Amino acid sequence: MDVAIIQDSIPRLLHGTVITVELTAASVAIGLCLAVPLALMRTYRNPLLWMPVYGFNFYFRGTPLLVQIFLVYYGSGQFQEFLTQIGLWTFFREAWFCAVLTLTLNTAAYTSEILRGGIEAIPFGEIEAARACGMSGSLLRRRIILPKAFRLAWPAYTNEVVFLLQATSLVSIITIMDITGVARMVASRSFAFYELYITAALFYLILVYGILFVFRKVEYRLSGHLRSPSLNTSEYINL
Amino acid sequence: MFDIKGYGWLLLEGVQLTVLVGVFSMVIAILLGLVGALGKLSGSRIARAAAGAYTTIIRGVPELVMILLVYYGVPTLIQDIFDANIDFNPFAAGIATIGFIYGAFSTEVFRGSYLAVSRGQIEAAKAAGMNRILLFRRILLPQMWRFALPGLGNVWMVLIKATALVSVIQLPELMRNADIASRSTRLPFTCYFTASLIYLLLTVVSMSIQQRAEAWANRGVRRA
Repeated sequence: MDVAIIQDSIPRLLHGTVITVELTAASVAIGLCLAVPLALMRTYRNPLLWMPVYGFNFYFRGTPLLVQIFLVYYGSGQFQEFLTQIGLWTFFREAWFCAVLTLTLNTAAYTSEILRGGIEAIPFGEIEAARACGMSGSLLRRRIILPKAFRLAWPAYTNEVVFLLQATSLVSIITIMDITGVARMVASRSFAFYELYITAALFYLILVYGILFVFRKVEYRLSGHLRSPSLNTSEYINL
Repeated sequence: MFDIKGYGWLLLEGVQLTVLVGVFSMVIAILLGLVGALGKLSGSRIARAAAGAYTTIIRGVPELVMILLVYYGVPTLIQDIFDANIDFNPFAAGIATIGFIYGAFSTEVFRGSYLAVSRGQIEAAKAAGMNRILLFRRILLPQMWRFALPGLGNVWMVLIKATALVSVIQLPELMRNADIASRSTRLPFTCYFTASLIYLLLTVVSMSIQQRAEAWANRGVRRA
């Protein structure tokens, strides 16, 4: 065990942590913005609306993320001339752009299916009640369906964010220096393989359980109206 | 269309290894899952803590890091401790790691399916004089399978996609061969897209098998 190498690599691993967190945050944020309209489209009866989303989700959920990343990063090279012509090659040349693009599309597919599950789990009575109050269309979606769907989907969405954080480790294969990338580089130079990979694993463990902690707090807040008041109101009984 | 300048066969060869890695890892995952669930539900505090640590750590570490740790890290660790040289073969390292990771996920599946068996039946079996092994074999296992099938199907679906990661340790499965083909043909998009369609096909086939298995497992259940 070479402790000195671990100590020396910690500043670089911390820098890698910043990259990992940035990648995760960017993909989660953009992916969520894409997932909401996708999930709504998925619930319409019109096949022109739900079928493209179904195909998109099916492809991105049915193939490994690694293939998707390679498809975007290396695959775009096959269309270099065309992409240069329309001025997009400067983006596709960058590993960072390809990573965020792929991770975003991937998480959008998973998140929209999670949200769809939430939308379909809404008790019909609530929608009926909203209709009886005169809400319909976008007002119904904005006020009743989406907030409720988010609340129902939150635990599953927590898992998706954790999986995405772990999935960002794949970008190390396309030369990005995230936690895994730094660990791989330092390990291959110093031959301190298990020291570095165990340290990297610890970094991920801390991040994952940090995210879980925050998301559980949010879940607790979101479900306040569902908790039985008698559980933590002993002072009322004493009155 | 599937020829890809004569490299199509390379992908087809890779599929065989992908499926092989998937099946072997799944077997390991199921065995570890049963052991893990036994640990989580056991009366012994040590067994519960060990199973808890196993699932907690595995679910918090990316698969890629685990694969690198096992393939590159474990031999150097053994070298440091025992001063012995061992070399892992990528196939063994791949199935061991993937089986180990998805064993944690199947632990949760089996734990849930054990809890889904109604308490009354276990009580009845005990009242009928069955010992623990007989109770497990005759009452628990046949029903746990049924409750576990949907969850295990999901584990398999994720697992078969995770096998793409063992391409990192140079095991010539579908992903690795697509990589080789894309370098030789200079048609990266065609090669990776074909590979992705093959993965999609594997998913579709798995889904239909899962549906049939579930229908078969639930054939004795009365439906309203």
